[in-house]
Amino acid sequence: MTDRGPRHIVIAGASLAGVATANALRRRGYTGALTIVGAEAHLPYQRPPLSKRFLAGEVDRTALGLRLPGSLDAGFRLSTTALRLDIARHRLTVRDAGGGITDLGYDALVIATGAAPRLLPGRMPAGVHALRTVDDCMAIGAAIAGRPRIVVVGAGFIGCEVAATCRRLGLDVSLVDPLPAPMFRVLGERLGTVMAELHADHGVDVRMGRGVLGFDDAGTVTGVRLDDGSRIAGDLVILGLGVVPATGWLTGSGLILDDGVMCDEYGRALHAGGALPDIVAVGDVARWRHPRYGSLRAEHWDHALVQARAAAATLIDPGSAAPVDDIPYFWSDQYDVKLQMVGVARAGDDVRIIDGDPSRHAFVAAYGRDERTTAVLLVNQAHRMAEWRSLLAGGIGWPTTATRPPDTRSTPRSSAR
Amino acid sequence: MRIVVDLDLCQGNAICTAIAPEIFQLRPDGTLAVLDDSPDETQLASVEDAIFGCPVQAIAMTRD
Repeated sequence: MTDRGPRHIVIAGASLAGVATANALRRRGYTGALTIVGAEAHLPYQRPPLSKRFLAGEVDRTALGLRLPGSLDAGFRLSTTALRLDIARHRLTVRDAGGGITDLGYDALVIATGAAPRLLPGRMPAGVHALRTVDDCMAIGAAIAGRPRIVVVGAGFIGCEVAATCRRLGLDVSLVDPLPAPMFRVLGERLGTVMAELHADHGVDVRMGRGVLGFDDAGTVTGVRLDDGSRIAGDLVILGLGVVPATGWLTGSGLILDDGVMCDEYGRALHAGGALPDIVAVGDVARWRHPRYGSLRAEHWDHALVQARAAAATLIDPGSAAPVDDIPYFWSDQYDVKLQMVGVARAGDDVRIIDGDPSRHAFVAAYGRDERTTAVLLVNQAHRMAEWRSLLAGGIGWPTTATRPPDTRSTPRSSAR
Repeated sequence: MRIVVDLDLCQGNAICTAIAPEIFQLRPDGTLAVLDDSPDETQLASVEDAIFGCPVQAIAMTRD
């Protein structure tokens, strides 16, 4: 970092990606001012437990907070929403909790405003909840205390995790999705169907291939009407319809927006004149040019950490920055099943079980197309993820002949002192 | 300095094993093994990244 580097970096977004970027900036020796603007009233916290252990009451609120390193030395402006961006004058306009409008000048800006849950069109009755924030989760938790019949609309990863958590709490749960199987877009039909069976085996009323027409509303929701003419009684509806990147406030800023803030492979935001050296975007809101995938927006914990480290380099030490070429990785916990996926599978990819037995919920499956293995799914095989990830990084043909990666674990690599 | 992992918290999410594979490794049963609980100076940065990045905040470093 030189004396000509930024003296005030503003981070719009106080969740993992924003805070991880702040942390990475300090770790790289940034000594200037850091301001972190967060729309929620809360200091940074973990979102992954919201659909799992926090919803189940196994993690308390204080344990949910992200541990902020003492070296972070950042000023938080909470309950403060990013409203507008003026890239020519280097100003971020925000609205605070009291409604006051302020301009924040910056030398460099990190856009980390995340994503907002997708909702259904039309008015939604009381008792219909999305799940994105800790406040959402507390509201759902309060409703769950009355032991309602639950309908989860949307069988993506969050919807499936919520369904599993609610079943573990002993509640009646229906799971509805217009696609043929849970997590269909990522897992495909064959393995999505394995997951449908898992949920059915745990007592979930699984209704795939059915869309939601509307809600029965008696002041509060009493049921969900489906497009096959059926109706599910329910007192609590939880929407798991995915998210949309929170870019509305950037409309008119000149930044290029296309399902996220478009960035180059160093994380620099793009506008008509090219990449901006003083604005990066990270996390769920960011779509980076990716050497492997063309462009990539991923809503993964790991991807946010990778981007945060790279974006920090881009802002204060661009000479050391390298294009980010990560193999995306995410996990999901449902009942006693841990799913992990490395790579990017797309609808229509071929799928092969390459080891284990899906019916016993311990297996490895590979996805591929165009003579390339695109992704590997591991179910209760966590210890093998790292090796598959490095194999994917090197490139694997399709159909893959590998049934297991070279086993480097048969002899200890290092003696634990 | 010594690395301490709270195995009751650890969910085997494999973030630390990606950041610092020379220190952290998952066993076949999905539990975490710390291969070297006294990292040297050159490993400290990646261990600190792993501590920050742990999604359940199960890793800590203590001074002996």
